[in-house]
Amino acid sequence: MSTQANLHLKLHVWRQKNASDRGGFVEYDVPGVSSDMSFLEMFDVLNERLIEKGEEPVAFDHDCREGICGMCSMVINGQPHGPKRGVTTCQLHMRTFHDGQEIWVEPFRSSAFPVVKDLVVDRGALDRMVQAGGFVSVRTGGAPDANATPISKVEADLSMDAAACIGCGACVASCKNGSAALFLGAQVSKYKHLPQGLTERHERVANMMAQADLEGFGACGNQAECEAVCPKEIPIRVIAEMYREYLRSTFTGRAIGKQDRKRT
Amino acid sequence: MKLDAKIPDGPIERKWTQHKNELKLVNPANKRKFNILVVGSGLAGASAAATLAELGYRVDCFAFQDSPRRAHSIAAQGGINAAKNYPNDGDSVFRLFYDTVKGGDFRSREANVYRLAEVSNAIIDQCVAQGVPFAREYGGTLANRSFGGALVSRTFYARGQTGQQLLLGAYSALERQIGLGTVKMHARHEMLELVLVDGHARGIVTRDLTTGQIESWAGDAVVLATGGYGNTFFLSTNAAGCNVTATFRAYKKGAAFANPCYTQIHPTCIPVTGDHQSKLTLMSESLRNDGRVWVPREKGDKRKPGEIPEGERDYYLERKYPSFGNLSPRDIASRAAKQVCDDGRGVGETGLGVYLDFADAIQRLGENVVRDRYGNLFQMYEQITGENPYQTPMRIFPAVHYSMGGLWVDYNLMSTIPGLHVLGEANFSDHGANRLGASALMQGLADGYFVIPYTIAAYLSSVQVERFDPKNKLTTDHPAFKEAETAVKGRIDRLLGIEGKKSPTAFHRELGHILWNKCGMARNKQGLTEALQEIPALREEFWKNVNVLGEAGTLNQQLEKAGRVADFLEFGELLVRDALEREESCGGHFREEHQTADGEALRDDEHFAHVAAWEYQGDGKKPIRNVEPLAFETVHLATRSYK
Repeated sequence: MSTQANLHLKLHVWRQKNASDRGGFVEYDVPGVSSDMSFLEMFDVLNERLIEKGEEPVAFDHDCREGICGMCSMVINGQPHGPKRGVTTCQLHMRTFHDGQEIWVEPFRSSAFPVVKDLVVDRGALDRMVQAGGFVSVRTGGAPDANATPISKVEADLSMDAAACIGCGACVASCKNGSAALFLGAQVSKYKHLPQGLTERHERVANMMAQADLEGFGACGNQAECEAVCPKEIPIRVIAEMYREYLRSTFTGRAIGKQDRKRT
Repeated sequence: MKLDAKIPDGPIERKWTQHKNELKLVNPANKRKFNILVVGSGLAGASAAATLAELGYRVDCFAFQDSPRRAHSIAAQGGINAAKNYPNDGDSVFRLFYDTVKGGDFRSREANVYRLAEVSNAIIDQCVAQGVPFAREYGGTLANRSFGGALVSRTFYARGQTGQQLLLGAYSALERQIGLGTVKMHARHEMLELVLVDGHARGIVTRDLTTGQIESWAGDAVVLATGGYGNTFFLSTNAAGCNVTATFRAYKKGAAFANPCYTQIHPTCIPVTGDHQSKLTLMSESLRNDGRVWVPREKGDKRKPGEIPEGERDYYLERKYPSFGNLSPRDIASRAAKQVCDDGRGVGETGLGVYLDFADAIQRLGENVVRDRYGNLFQMYEQITGENPYQTPMRIFPAVHYSMGGLWVDYNLMSTIPGLHVLGEANFSDHGANRLGASALMQGLADGYFVIPYTIAAYLSSVQVERFDPKNKLTTDHPAFKEAETAVKGRIDRLLGIEGKKSPTAFHRELGHILWNKCGMARNKQGLTEALQEIPALREEFWKNVNVLGEAGTLNQQLEKAGRVADFLEFGELLVRDALEREESCGGHFREEHQTADGEALRDDEHFAHVAAWEYQGDGKKPIRNVEPLAFETVHLATRSYK
């Protein structure tokens, strides 16, 4: 049975009215935090207290609160999703912190993720990269029987390891280059290990990487910060796979290339 | 109100095929003249938007999250059913149909359920073609597992993240169409009003959640795929943003709301720890494949689970339901958990919990196999509770999960408003009074990929001559849109102007307490009657004393929340009213007055073998309860038994 404790915390929260506001840290004294709360529930409590005082509550993105939707996005004491490995902010519990601790909370920062308000950022760039090639071009209907093509369990598992990506963007926020390589690699690797994904392998990787450049994401510098903060523990082997796929695509001449793509 | 379900004639196994043969088609050149508004981007919404766009329609898709991939379908864990019979254990379309009708406690429409079972196989084929990495056997074929309410293994899965993988499949199809320019995606847009012109659904009004801008959108048909209303109860397994606003706004514009009292309380969730809690986390039903549910035999036994010898444990599901055991359907398992806790044998600090124990499975299969099957779920449990479920049994308790009720639709998935179609959890059609595990994903994708793309043509072809006449061209300058926008702005101004003392969340929590206590796992006339007094009183207080800070013209999450809570406060009353008038017990709706001697649900087929579809009459007026009789021609009405 978990032992419940009360924590008294000092928060420094990034407040920013809108995209053009400079923003800055605001300090909050937060007593009476239960160690059973999630980090976001602690923010719920803070916000309820702010409302009582007539102050505008802190805006933050969240939805499923069970670690799968990828919506929550806080940098906690310098680390996207906080100090625990393999969890999202919503699954980070206050028992990870100690009484009297100071905690700095910021939005996911990257030039490709403009701040909307407080801790909320715009991650539309991730969707636009998927639009560039993160799919198999099949229409609904007329698919062959699901068992018509056997797929080795090993390959299916490798695909699933990459497919577990929740698109939160922590990898981008952790990277000093603001690279989306782990996110992109996960998309490429997911399809690379399945026969269904091979038909468009060259176009996919070339177009998605071209879109990444247009969105302003940086290049991978092999520092592996992304792997360390990924709440789904996507391995950086997916980045190596992506670059191998990219190299392969350059020999085929089938990639559309970035000159034909434009930022939408 | 006339409820015509438009069920095709003929034998049940021929209805859908014949209906498809007879449905009118829209000429490919005309499809691009039609604009369809799809609200919601979960399994049903994303699959519908993508497929309709592939067919050539112009589609606008709306989601309140920042990306269509965030919709709460993503959180479904366990799996998706299909009648493939790959394991050769005797499954068939008929058996899947039969199990679903029986699982729904004979309160669903046979023809719809048969169609669902019939298209289930095509869904799996489609998802595999999209590159969904389902679990596989070493030989390369797809793996299956068993789920509650069935004696065959027909559930396909992708670790404990099946909903995520299926949604990402539909999302990839949707993103492909967005990239091609055939779907316009409007993320962070919340639908706040449905617009009718000449009695037809012709548009919606949205609020841009980033800028606060109120905008109108005109279309030839509106498709709502906005999910369920579980969050009316405050604490549920739903995402924080899930709400009833879109469907409830449609109800107030004349769409009948069917069976709102059918709410599913899921048996395996992590118990509540305190008042700060914002949601309840589901532990997939698939865990009951290998986990055994038990409580101490004696009341008030406070020993640690490991110290309670085998002979002093009560494996109550195995004892009461020997043939289905731990895989009893959700409503049955939840009620049984409530009974043992009411009996004083619940575990944990609050006494509101039962054990789900994997010790036997770990001994039989080894920890590695258990980790392979459920690793991410075990990890999630440990994150939340701080306990290691490999060493000590999980503690679980029922929580509100899914809504079987929803907007009434006919066989073509069209509501009582012409042109308004409703898909997935937002409609009422396929699950009766109780949904079986792994059937929600099946229904969402069936509706979106394989039903609406055909049936929407029935509506569009019936209006095309008139719509294509240039003098009938509809734009958002039409007074109906201005009127709807004024109403939306008026409501927002009113919420911001109250400047009361309590937060929207505080009201939501109070509503949840009323509903959980009086309209939760067990309901009775007295409690329901009290709730019908308490909810309007709370609503009145809300409109006098809610405190919504900030401005309308910016990102304002309190304002979003307040608007949703305002609708929950009205909808909650409808839910209770439906529960009060359904004087029987069936599936997730258990009326204490109607039970057998051993505490099982007692249906009243003579008086209640029907759908109750509520028709709005105006604020403060009692809605009309319309009835669609249910005929059971193929599966004969019988007492549902899992013993």
